[in-house]
Amino acid sequence: MTNELDIFVGNTTLIDEDVYRLWLDGYSVNDAVALRVRSGILEQTGATAAVLQSDTMDHYRTFHMLERLLHAPPKLLHQLIFQIPPSRQALLIERYYAFDEAFVREVLGKKLSKGTKKDLDDISTKTGITLKSCRRQFDNFKRVFKVVEEMRGSLVDNIQQHFLLSDRLARDYAAIVFFANNRFETGKKKLQYLSFGDFAFCAELMIQNWTLGAVDSQVDDMDVDLDKEFLQDLKELKVLVADKDLLDLHKSLVCTALRGKLGVFSEMEANFKNLSRGLVNVAAKLTHNKDVRDLFVDLVEKFVEPCRSDHWPLNDVRLFLNQYSASVHSLDGFRHQALWDRYMGTLRGCLLRLYHD
Amino acid sequence: MPGKLKVKIVAGRHLPVMDRASDLTDAFVEVKFGNTTFKTDVYLKSLNPQWNSEWFKFEVDDEDLQDEPLQITVLDHDTYSANDAIGKVYIDIDPLLYSEAATVISGWFPIYDTIHGIRGEINVVVKVDLFNDLNRFRQSSCGVKFFCTTSIPKCYRAVIIHGFVEELVVNEDPEYQWIDRIRTPRASNEARQRLISLMSGELQRKIGLKVLEMRGNAVVGYLQCFDLEGESGLVVRAIGTACTLDKLSSPAAFLPACNSPSKDMKEIPFNEDPNPNTHSSGPSTPLKNQTYSFSPSKSYSRQSSSSDTDLSLTPKTAPYPQSQGIFLYPSSPSLSCGSLHLKKSCLLLSESSLSPHHSSLVSPVLRKSVSFSDELFLAASGMGSGSAGKEGGPFKALLRQQTQSALEQREFPFFTLTAFPPGFLVHVGGVVSARSVKLLDRIHNPDEPETRDAWWAEIRQEIKSHAKALGCHAVVGYSESTSICEEVCILSASGTAAVLNPRFLQDGTVESCLEQRLEENLPAGCGFCHIPYDELNMPFPAHLTYCYNCRKQKVPDVLFTTIDLPIDATVIGKGCLIQARLCRLKKKAQAEANATAISNLLPFMEYEVHTQLMNKLKLKGMNALFGLRIQITVGENMLMGLASATGVYLAALPLPGGIQIAGKTPNDGSYEQHVSHMQKKINDTIAKNKELYEINPPEISEEIIGSPIPEPRQRSRLLRSQSESSDEVTELDLSHGKKDAFVLEIDDTDAMEDVHSLLTDVPPPSGFYSCNTEIMPGINNWTSEIQMFTSVRVIRLSSLNLTNQALNKNFNDLCENLLKSLYFKLRSMIPCCLCHVNFTVSLPEDELIQVTVTAVAITFDKNQALQTTKTQVEKSLQRASTDNEELLQFPLELCSDSLPSHPFPPAKEHLESASSNSGIPAAQRATSVDYSSFADRCSSWIELIKLKAQTIRRGSIKTTVTVEKASPMNEGNFRNRSAPPCANSTVGVVKMTPLSFIPGAKITKYLGIINMFFIRETTSLREEGGVSGFLHAFVAEVFAMVRAHVAALGGNAVVSYIMKQCVFMENPNKNQAQCLINVSGDAVVFVHESELEVVSSQPPTANCQSSCPGGDVTT
Repeated sequence: MTNELDIFVGNTTLIDEDVYRLWLDGYSVNDAVALRVRSGILEQTGATAAVLQSDTMDHYRTFHMLERLLHAPPKLLHQLIFQIPPSRQALLIERYYAFDEAFVREVLGKKLSKGTKKDLDDISTKTGITLKSCRRQFDNFKRVFKVVEEMRGSLVDNIQQHFLLSDRLARDYAAIVFFANNRFETGKKKLQYLSFGDFAFCAELMIQNWTLGAVDSQVDDMDVDLDKEFLQDLKELKVLVADKDLLDLHKSLVCTALRGKLGVFSEMEANFKNLSRGLVNVAAKLTHNKDVRDLFVDLVEKFVEPCRSDHWPLNDVRLFLNQYSASVHSLDGFRHQALWDRYMGTLRGCLLRLYHD
Repeated sequence: MPGKLKVKIVAGRHLPVMDRASDLTDAFVEVKFGNTTFKTDVYLKSLNPQWNSEWFKFEVDDEDLQDEPLQITVLDHDTYSANDAIGKVYIDIDPLLYSEAATVISGWFPIYDTIHGIRGEINVVVKVDLFNDLNRFRQSSCGVKFFCTTSIPKCYRAVIIHGFVEELVVNEDPEYQWIDRIRTPRASNEARQRLISLMSGELQRKIGLKVLEMRGNAVVGYLQCFDLEGESGLVVRAIGTACTLDKLSSPAAFLPACNSPSKDMKEIPFNEDPNPNTHSSGPSTPLKNQTYSFSPSKSYSRQSSSSDTDLSLTPKTAPYPQSQGIFLYPSSPSLSCGSLHLKKSCLLLSESSLSPHHSSLVSPVLRKSVSFSDELFLAASGMGSGSAGKEGGPFKALLRQQTQSALEQREFPFFTLTAFPPGFLVHVGGVVSARSVKLLDRIHNPDEPETRDAWWAEIRQEIKSHAKALGCHAVVGYSESTSICEEVCILSASGTAAVLNPRFLQDGTVESCLEQRLEENLPAGCGFCHIPYDELNMPFPAHLTYCYNCRKQKVPDVLFTTIDLPIDATVIGKGCLIQARLCRLKKKAQAEANATAISNLLPFMEYEVHTQLMNKLKLKGMNALFGLRIQITVGENMLMGLASATGVYLAALPLPGGIQIAGKTPNDGSYEQHVSHMQKKINDTIAKNKELYEINPPEISEEIIGSPIPEPRQRSRLLRSQSESSDEVTELDLSHGKKDAFVLEIDDTDAMEDVHSLLTDVPPPSGFYSCNTEIMPGINNWTSEIQMFTSVRVIRLSSLNLTNQALNKNFNDLCENLLKSLYFKLRSMIPCCLCHVNFTVSLPEDELIQVTVTAVAITFDKNQALQTTKTQVEKSLQRASTDNEELLQFPLELCSDSLPSHPFPPAKEHLESASSNSGIPAAQRATSVDYSSFADRCSSWIELIKLKAQTIRRGSIKTTVTVEKASPMNEGNFRNRSAPPCANSTVGVVKMTPLSFIPGAKITKYLGIINMFFIRETTSLREEGGVSGFLHAFVAEVFAMVRAHVAALGGNAVVSYIMKQCVFMENPNKNQAQCLINVSGDAVVFVHESELEVVSSQPPTANCQSSCPGGDVTT
């Protein structure tokens, strides 16, 4: 006796959160049943393995049918086939678009192309996340990217509107889209200590200050592309390190202000020129696409690592960076104050976030 | 030209991509009604087109309005090749044809394609301007309301319950026409869908005409079914109960909307001669002459039609001419007794005409024994007559004569209702059922479906005579069904024989309610259990005892019924779902031989099913079954029987005896041990069940422990023998409470299996209850959380082990596993009860068994559930009385005046004093008492009629006042309409339930019947997730389409929802599958009780008041 056909359809679609998680995690029906058995559900409910199998199959089928709608969440809200309470709809969407930290770190900043998709096998082996789940997450990234890529208006708002995600998740996706578009390198060994949250934080600051949308909210791709004009202008900052007088003046201003306040004052004093050169050179290089990609590598190399090797406490880094950017206003010979603020304001935030072990 | 249909196509959304190049679609819409078609403009390159069309106007007959569906086709425009169809929407506009229901259909409908399923949605607005047509010879029956609900709908009051209406329509099945070989599957499916839609429209219209003729305005308990007879055609048939309903809170709706003759209706009762023996033909004559010709072939003679128009079942109708209905039963002439349904004459008749073999299919206990063979012969001869069409000649003439009087059907005192207004049901006799095996032959002339008509007439006649044998004049909870395999068809009908309060049938409920309540004051909640038949001429052997409640009347030891538990019945503990399952192998055979084989098997199956039911009932420690439904399904090589019912412990019936196991060879020691072991297990199970279902009969509780099983020597082997002597039974000392035990003789492996299977039924996990009736006896604190579901399972039997036992086990496991799965799936709803559990079995192929279950899970409040039985009873009584009040429009005036005489005056005490077997004198006294009281009843009844006349007049004068009185309800209605069903979500929630009510809510409006038929086919089965994926998607789509139609009507729920058919066929080798689903229900508007209270507690605002009276019509 074999079950040829076995279905259960409720007027209100039944959603089992646990099974949904297993499905999202890419487990096969049999694996999912085994995992559920291990969770002790049989003992709790007095059910048999066959019942569990049938139940799991049903849920998987439902999820499979829902998946098409989840690709365009507003459709899930308007569709008539599945009657699902709004709170459940939100849960379905949120969970579907949720991603694994380990996975996102692997693809963050990579081109969301077929080539990357082929590498998912390796990512799956490396992270221990099932290939199916990797594919879903990758496809989610790509789908969101494609929809909002050339759209007008705030990136986060666009994502929220088209994918009905929570504010938090929408911000994360904004970061992913931003990184994918600008192809920031995040995979280098040096950057491994950084979490997705660190990058997302930086992305948000950069979107707010460095993109086209920061100056004009009526442009296409406004939040996705960096403001090219701004990047060109950054070359002007070079004077801060090229002009020896200016550099010395800048150093003395910072040192005067920070004397006695910094635990690592002597190290700072000794390193000032190096650090300043590093930061300004990063800015000057941003005209080239390749250097834009290496932004985070450069920041870590030129600033985070030197400070870390001298064991600067975070608070000292903060005091230094504040003073370092503020002192420029007192440099009479320097004419690009606004440009400096736009650059340094964001960079200061990023560096503070990036500065940890 | 009495109607104008207006349609506007607003927009589409989520359309599929039809042009691969642009990933877009150039969509336009064709709107078709009858033979007229309109088109919208092409909306280029969009998946969300905004057509915003003009109003397309169709000027049509109301006959067409009733028959035809509105057909909306969405297409993709293609400049070079033929336009591609995206999908269709069929809209039944019937709900727009009655004034009280929906006024506009407007909303998003899923666009459905039989190959691709749902492909986007379309927004449509439909309106109808109906001109009143006073032509009494018209063919349409606009204005007759249809309800699937098998009780009086919640916001109506039954003025008169007229009786049985039936009709059937026959056509060729497009799937089997020659053209089907050359057209696409899509075209074939669509032709079928359209035809069935057309046929059900026609059927409904014809039934409506019959109702108008009976001067009713509604059909309640409307059940429409399809018989897919394959080569021989397509039969659509329907049965229902004609009623005159009166909407509560809107006194203006006394008369049906466009039923002009009905104006006289009210007066008829007053003019009629109250003397039951001389039938007055005065006022009703004008109607009698209206012989509508349903089909050209039928011409009625005046005489026959006049006897037809007589409403049966009333004390005043004359007996039918003896000539009618006789010829059907040449083999059993004793069945042809007159059909006068006076209680008096009934008793007399049953005395005179009862011959033992009448008992066959009839019995509350259903101990089928001696006379089964008779039925068999009948069935066999019936089978022969099935092919009689070919024989032609005299038989055919006879048939025509039979069908000639289409109205004769009304002589069937049947009611499809399963729940009744309080006081309607006087006594219940037991289940009556009849089956017959027929050979299908091609229906040559669809306009003369006489063979089918005759088949059903025959079966109904049988049912009627069975009811009569039980001393009952009516059959309630009546239903009909078929099972078809190739060219063999089993027709089945079943119901519950009952004695009804005749006053309901002709007269308003108001008086009778009150009267009945007063009458029944003494035997509260047990009256219906009292036997209607004469105890000395019992149609079958049964144990009678005095009612455990009133101790005055006799009751049987077990009661089987097909109806819901009456609301005022006193029940101890909770109920539970009881199923009997059975398979029988059968040799493959052709035509006649096959039919004969099936007819030979049927009685054994019935017998086994009843034995199982009885055993399981006893095992549960219960004594009555409600909602019994026995389904016999025929397949190529087997027969399946599935009986479902809800077992309860009725306080009025005696304590059920235990089950006794008897070994055949008592000498063998180990065997004896085994037997006693089994016995112990059974006794334990009974005890456990009693605890589980909280069955603690109050007074006699100590006896449960005291004597569960009689001593071995007292065993009388009831089962599988007919040697029971009734004398012995009646001598049992009742006060001692000892019941005759049910004995299972395990003399062979077969019986062992039976015992084992008894014990394998696992009770539902804690927190779960299940029943197949509307509500679970013993639970009444439902929350509003409901979940309706459909579950389908198909198993493939391995052909190797096809023995009866293996088959039984497989089938049993299938059902049990299915239930277990349901309990598991719905575990989050605990504590909850599965209500209205409806199992359907079919045998789509040789080795496939398909089981379809539809039910609703309702969560209840656990804390309140632990109330004592006493308060439960009180509660249910309270509920009954509030229900009663709801029904009353003029409650108080009547109350004081209408003190009727006692129906069974004190003379009953004689009965009590007489010992049960003292013989004839007591019985004669009983009948004479009954007779004498009859005159009293009549006179009091006349008084009531006069009273009612006054009140009606008063009512019409005070119209405006009553509107004000009723305002809270209207307000609720109004409020509900003004506020969208669900403000937050974009798609309004539509609840679906097989029950007639929604827990925690009040139904404020019925919007019309939903009756939909869908076909889905695929040629890419694997790609769609195999059979399960295919069917899962289809069922979900069907639900979606039902919800969309309800929402478009302005409703927020479907009640009395039923999936009548789910025919699934697959051909995995060809990667193909096809499925047909037919569903129906009543679209309603409901308001949550909590909301309602808020609204009614507010002082009515001026705004609200002004909009109330007109609100129903204009908005």
